[in-house]
Amino acid sequence: MPDLLPRAAGELLAAAGDPSQLLPAREQMAFTLGFHIILVPFGVAFTFLMLIANWRGLRHGDQQALVLARRWSQVSAVLFAVGAVSGTVLSFELGLLWPGLMGRFGAAFGIPFAVEGLFFFLEAIFVAIYIYGWDRMRPWPHFWTGVPVPLAGIGGTLSVVAANGWMNQPAGFTLRDGRVVDVRPLGVIFNGAFWYEALHMLLAAYMIAGFTVAGVYAVGLLRRRNDRLHRLGLAIPFTVAAIATPVQIFVGDVAARAVFQNEPAKFAAIEMVPRTSTHVPETLLGVYEHGRVRFGIDLPNGASLLSGFSPGTRIRGLDAIPPELRPPDHLITLVHWCFQIMVGIGFALLALSIWFAVAAWRRRAVPTGRWFLRCTAVSGVAAIAALECGWIVTEVGRQPWTVVGYLLTRDAVTTSGDVWLFFGATLALYVAVGYGTFVALRLLRRRWRAQVEEDGDVPYGPSRAREAAGT
Amino acid sequence: MSTFAAVVLFVGVLVYAVLGGADFGAGFWDLTAGGAEAGRRPRHLVDESLAPVWEANHVWLIFVLVMLWTAFSPAFAAITTTLYVPLGLAALGIVMRGAGFAFRKVMVRTDQQRVTGAAFAASSVVTPFFLGTVAGGIASGRVPTAGHGDGVTSWVNPTSLLGGVLAVLACAFTAAVFLTAEARRRDEPGLETWFRRRALVAAVVTGVVALAGIAVLHADSPRLFDDLLGRGLPLVLLSALCGLASVVLLRRAAPRVLQGLAVTAVAAIIAGWGVAQYPFLLGTHLRITAAAAPTSTLWALTIVAVVALLLVVPSMGLLFVLAQRGRLESH
Repeated sequence: MPDLLPRAAGELLAAAGDPSQLLPAREQMAFTLGFHIILVPFGVAFTFLMLIANWRGLRHGDQQALVLARRWSQVSAVLFAVGAVSGTVLSFELGLLWPGLMGRFGAAFGIPFAVEGLFFFLEAIFVAIYIYGWDRMRPWPHFWTGVPVPLAGIGGTLSVVAANGWMNQPAGFTLRDGRVVDVRPLGVIFNGAFWYEALHMLLAAYMIAGFTVAGVYAVGLLRRRNDRLHRLGLAIPFTVAAIATPVQIFVGDVAARAVFQNEPAKFAAIEMVPRTSTHVPETLLGVYEHGRVRFGIDLPNGASLLSGFSPGTRIRGLDAIPPELRPPDHLITLVHWCFQIMVGIGFALLALSIWFAVAAWRRRAVPTGRWFLRCTAVSGVAAIAALECGWIVTEVGRQPWTVVGYLLTRDAVTTSGDVWLFFGATLALYVAVGYGTFVALRLLRRRWRAQVEEDGDVPYGPSRAREAAGT
Repeated sequence: MSTFAAVVLFVGVLVYAVLGGADFGAGFWDLTAGGAEAGRRPRHLVDESLAPVWEANHVWLIFVLVMLWTAFSPAFAAITTTLYVPLGLAALGIVMRGAGFAFRKVMVRTDQQRVTGAAFAASSVVTPFFLGTVAGGIASGRVPTAGHGDGVTSWVNPTSLLGGVLAVLACAFTAAVFLTAEARRRDEPGLETWFRRRALVAAVVTGVVALAGIAVLHADSPRLFDDLLGRGLPLVLLSALCGLASVVLLRRAAPRVLQGLAVTAVAAIIAGWGVAQYPFLLGTHLRITAAAAPTSTLWALTIVAVVALLLVVPSMGLLFVLAQRGRLESH
């Protein structure tokens, strides 16, 4: 696979500005990470919903809840497999695309990943035992084999996000002559960004799993499948999501203020603040061009009030960044928009959660109004969009740094190989995998629907269909 | 301390080669099982025996990658900037394999099963081949310390190709032996014979290629050849003996004995590579000590490894015991 340009030309380009591999490498990473991250909530939080249903089924002898638990475990099996392999690609890519990062900082950056590996082992083992243990183990021991799964998911999420937090606020190491010489592992893991980034991601996972699964059953209810299975399938995940949402908004607010304190450059991009000053307005929408904000709607003193509770709060603007380290205009606009979309969706989901809570409390039943169901049906997609936007804020908001203050992205990127070709192959393969996932899930749904009509499908008993088939 | 980290890393390679290798090999037999009707029963056995364990077995690869980049980050960067072609292809193969396998389990129509199954089976053969060429590239010293070695000759060379072919064959051999045992456990004598016969063929072919490989190594990587037949000789002989014994016993012996022999044969030859290469991480130019992370990082990894030993090994044992007792069959 020859380079598109001879090496000498590549070096000239590198001296003049960004190396030619930078764009495809970033696109490739963004795409694969963006794909993988949609699957994460289903390993971390969906398995928790599954256990709630299982617990409810066993505790109250609720057959419908058991049916849900079993179906959700089958969906988990498919999504976990795709998540596991797409996650593996990311660990390959860290080396294939960013050798400058791994070669120089692996000794520090790698530690949280080692912890994550431990949790991933446990997750993979107990997911298998739980999923394939239906009908083969006694009900309560079977339930307990599932408990380590969401716990390992939480541990894994915390560790991976610790690594990301470290890139934003590097800590716990000493650099001498460009080499990491002294590493303080706890300092690396519990870096300044760790707690709020990790909690934010974890809550996002519970919101996405909750709203998405509730949305699936909302669609069923909209199609007049108004039975107890659908109402329960909506109630369990929605309750979890509705609890997570207000907490998420609080954590997000804390996180934004921490970014204001610790990552001023990212905050300046988020709020699109051209010049350092006090009484900074909150700009809604708008475009950043040549150091000026255009087409924005200003709320006077808004940004200052939100970041420091006083209109006199001074916010460092983009002019505080040396010109050669300033992100390009379009990235500033992108970060700003993504942040506002994320916050907007967050508040919309909060409103939906309040709607659910009030209706459920007043009628002592799951709300089944058509407008409520329509909103619920799209809430999962909205939550996923918010998650993607949040990650764009974190990752793009850090540019041009890979490790803030230590390593520029252009110095982290690989110089070997034709990344565009690799990216093209990945894109094609992931489209196929995405389509396969869709087909597989639709097949499961079809099978269940047929089964419900045939035999009622009792989870811990032999199914009639299977008995008839003699297997 | 750095030697200890290297040993832990290498243990990961060993376990992945045996467990992950058996999973890859199962894909090899799936691929070669014939048409939809003829291959139905062996494919079903592959499906049933792989489903609960393949993800746990796959995590060993991630363990190896993480250990490598944390404990020996310069070596990791050197490997990825040189062997990016086979590594990239292996990564894509891993996605295709896992997704193909998971999808096939859900599919009911034969044509859908054929597409997803082909994706699973073909990538099960391609992926270990590329991983084998990576091992060959590292062992024959084609990854320079500073990285950015030749993108083509680092893996298209006699030693790498030998590594790739041997990896595929060894996977096929262990898988056939494991599946023989699985068929016996399920009391399916027909399938047991089917896999026994294939294990025998795989063992013989692997042996012949390994013998021919001696000449290849002698010509292409004299240093590796010397060390392998010097310090590594006892392990190479052990591997050869186990392979030979399994060929002799394959017609009759209990599957458990065969499993022991196959695992030892594969583990011994890989351990032989490790011993031959010690104290170097890359070829005979980058020492383990020179590539190692600061001591505190190595300590952190040791603690993680000990916790893993305490938590993961018993859990994995539980998984295998349940799977062996048929407590985890799919529906």
